[in-house]
Amino acid sequence: MDTNYAIELKNVTKRFGEVVANDSVDLSLKKGEILAILGENGSGKTTLMNMISGIYFPDEGHIFVNGQEVTIRSPKDSFDLGIGMIHQHFKLVPIFTAAENIVLGLPAEKGQGMSRVEADVQALVDRYGFDMNPARKIYDMSVSQKQTVEIVKVLYRGAEILILDEPTAVLTPQETERLFQVLKNMRDDGKSIIIITHKLNEVMEISDRVAVLRKGKYIGTVKTSEATIPSLTEMMVGEKVSLNIDRSEPVNSELRLEMKGVSCRNKEGTVTLNKASFAARSGEILGVAGISGSGQKELLESIAGLQHMEEGEIWYYPPGGEPQALHSLSVTEIRNLGVRLSFVPEDRLGMGLVGSMDITNNMMLRSYRNGKGLVTDRKTPEQLARTIIEELEVVTPGVTTPVRRLSGGNVQKVLVGREISSNPTVLMVAYPVRGLDINYSYTIYNLLNKQKENGAAVICVGEDLDVLLELCDRILVLQGGRVAGTVDARSATKEQLGLMMTGTIGKEEAVNEP
Amino acid sequence: MNHKEPLVRMKKRSTVSLKQAVLVRLVAVLLSLVVCAVFIVIVTQQNPLQVYAGIVDGAVGTGRRAWVTVRETVVLLLIAVGLAPAFKMRFWNIGAEGQVLMGGLASAALMIYLGDLLPNVVLLVIIFVASMLAGLIWGYIPAFFKARYNTNETLFTLMMNYVAMQIVTFCIVFWENPAGSNTVGIINSASQKGWFPSIAGNSYILNVIIVLIFTVLMYFYMTYSKQGYEIAVVGESQNTARYAGINVKRVIKRTMMISGAICGLAGMVTVCGAGHTISTSTANGRGFTAIIVAWMAKFNPFFMVLISALLVFMQQGAIQIATQFGLNKNASDIITGIILFFLIGCEFFINYELEFRKKQKEA
Repeated sequence: MDTNYAIELKNVTKRFGEVVANDSVDLSLKKGEILAILGENGSGKTTLMNMISGIYFPDEGHIFVNGQEVTIRSPKDSFDLGIGMIHQHFKLVPIFTAAENIVLGLPAEKGQGMSRVEADVQALVDRYGFDMNPARKIYDMSVSQKQTVEIVKVLYRGAEILILDEPTAVLTPQETERLFQVLKNMRDDGKSIIIITHKLNEVMEISDRVAVLRKGKYIGTVKTSEATIPSLTEMMVGEKVSLNIDRSEPVNSELRLEMKGVSCRNKEGTVTLNKASFAARSGEILGVAGISGSGQKELLESIAGLQHMEEGEIWYYPPGGEPQALHSLSVTEIRNLGVRLSFVPEDRLGMGLVGSMDITNNMMLRSYRNGKGLVTDRKTPEQLARTIIEELEVVTPGVTTPVRRLSGGNVQKVLVGREISSNPTVLMVAYPVRGLDINYSYTIYNLLNKQKENGAAVICVGEDLDVLLELCDRILVLQGGRVAGTVDARSATKEQLGLMMTGTIGKEEAVNEP
Repeated sequence: MNHKEPLVRMKKRSTVSLKQAVLVRLVAVLLSLVVCAVFIVIVTQQNPLQVYAGIVDGAVGTGRRAWVTVRETVVLLLIAVGLAPAFKMRFWNIGAEGQVLMGGLASAALMIYLGDLLPNVVLLVIIFVASMLAGLIWGYIPAFFKARYNTNETLFTLMMNYVAMQIVTFCIVFWENPAGSNTVGIINSASQKGWFPSIAGNSYILNVIIVLIFTVLMYFYMTYSKQGYEIAVVGESQNTARYAGINVKRVIKRTMMISGAICGLAGMVTVCGAGHTISTSTANGRGFTAIIVAWMAKFNPFFMVLISALLVFMQQGAIQIATQFGLNKNASDIITGIILFFLIGCEFFINYELEFRKKQKEA
């Protein structure tokens, strides 16, 4: 076997029931390179990496590490081979320091105190240019620092091969920049790195080669220097797609919803939303940007009547009617007022839908109170289910299939379909395309645009700044629970948003609304 | 590096056809009977077929035995029907035992104190209401604390069982008959006041009618009513329930009142329809067995009929063979235990399949 390769996979197959997650995939990682694994959600990237890191066992195929065929049965086997994986969800003990988390579970050497561990960790940090204090507790750290701890952890344990699963999903543009610099330093030091992503511009920026997966199948590997964004997209999607969102000018825009000085606290007493004020107008899409956990959830939930507010007011201006106060009303009270407020929450199967129920039953979440006496009406929701399946082209074996069994994109179609079926005047969506592939994403963007044209005030919380800038009319930026400012999406830049998200520039400098 | 695949791996099944599921369960029942047979042969040195004949004989061998089996089945079924909405809501009601006992206690008290004052029909109606009320209160208390302070309902309902038992012990002091026996004895044995009347010459027909009515009602409640829908949503995800504007706390309290009331009624059926007495063992563990019935039936009241019938059939049969072959009563518990082990264990094979290491092919 060629020992120039750190990892080689041959004919690796993994099935889950009837689903083939990986279909005889071949893959090679050269020593001292950064390989990007590109593919849409559900294309089998994470499954493939989980087999290398010992979480799953392949059904078929061979894995070679440094030219030797190996059998990886557990994460420990994988560690012993010098493979370290950094997962999307961090596995750290919040009340321990970074250094304590890093040595957790390792046998102590004789006379090795925490101060020596901290010094060793500090040496690693300096060597690659990380930004981390080993003596700091995890609960004091930002998301990007926690990620740094995870990376340092695998390096400390002697990993020569690093696998990062969607590392930039939780980072700001500036933090991403820094991560990439660190990765390049590690590569130049001889480490081999795999980075899983579906963001094309990042692939172009960081990787030496790109391996593309599509629907569990291995499509091919190309040199990044010879690839372009359109060529990679075509490999990933299998067809040419146009990547433009039609953005129309807002028509007859009028004030529809206003939030004034709303503050919220979570159970621990931390302020999650700090005197937030903004206005949403009919016929426009208002984007909400911010690092995750900056108050987006609380913002939407306080409007929907799901969040206890400490102070502040929320006013709804119905078309041609008197203003109505929505603050301190429950979900039921808001609905009884006749406010057509729709909400597509971030947690689709944990809040917007019930995963084990079928589509009809999920339609009933909004309508089950209709029906004579004690008996609930099932006919109307069943018709609605059929309509949504037909009009939004939901791929499902039938109306009685539990929505949990549907793919992410189809789950979102069901949820969005239900929420727009009531012709909302205010439509709130949180991370509407998270986990969706390109085609489904554009379906959702089009649905949002259609609601905007119908005169709804659309509030869209998003994470991909490029998309927000293309889709929205205005963008509200949240920073640590505070409204950092509102910008015109047609003229703002990604860098400007990034600076506002991190609090580097504040409201005064950033407002460039017309 | 060693180079071996793991010998056995679990694989989740994607879909299971009804035929497969039934087949797995049938195999489980057969296997459990085989294991029981081995156990019986070791203990009794008897032909297992003879022992099985004894089981059938014990459960349905005579008209009277068959009716006792039916009587026990419907009580177990009624408790399971009462537990179903609570468990569907993922409220771990381990307190059916106490709720049954409180319902039974209310029934016994009314039989003793009002037995001589009222006509039987009126008395039975009052007992019907009072027993449900007693169970309702016993179910409401843990639900209230769960809704208000988020207490752990498993521990709470379990401890309520012991409180109920102590109250019964306390009452027995006043109701002792004959004095000094420390038991209540048969209540109103002469006047038969508060006893279920015989219908068509059979004293258990009313038990069956009451339980079947509640079984059917529960099916419709869970499947077609708005409240049943709310219970299902709360059980799957409280977050989704809040999102849909469902008042989760109210649903928890309401459902536990229904659940407790039906268990309380089971107490009346036990006391007025079968034992005509009260003791700390009136519930006799049925409150726990009913949990198994409800879960194995996936909360479908009609499947509960089958499962409670099977369990009681085996229990009654085991009691018979215990006397017939001179075993003590624990032998019947062991047999029931073996059967439950296989029936519950087979759920694993319905959800997963095992894959064995393939023969290594030489490359």
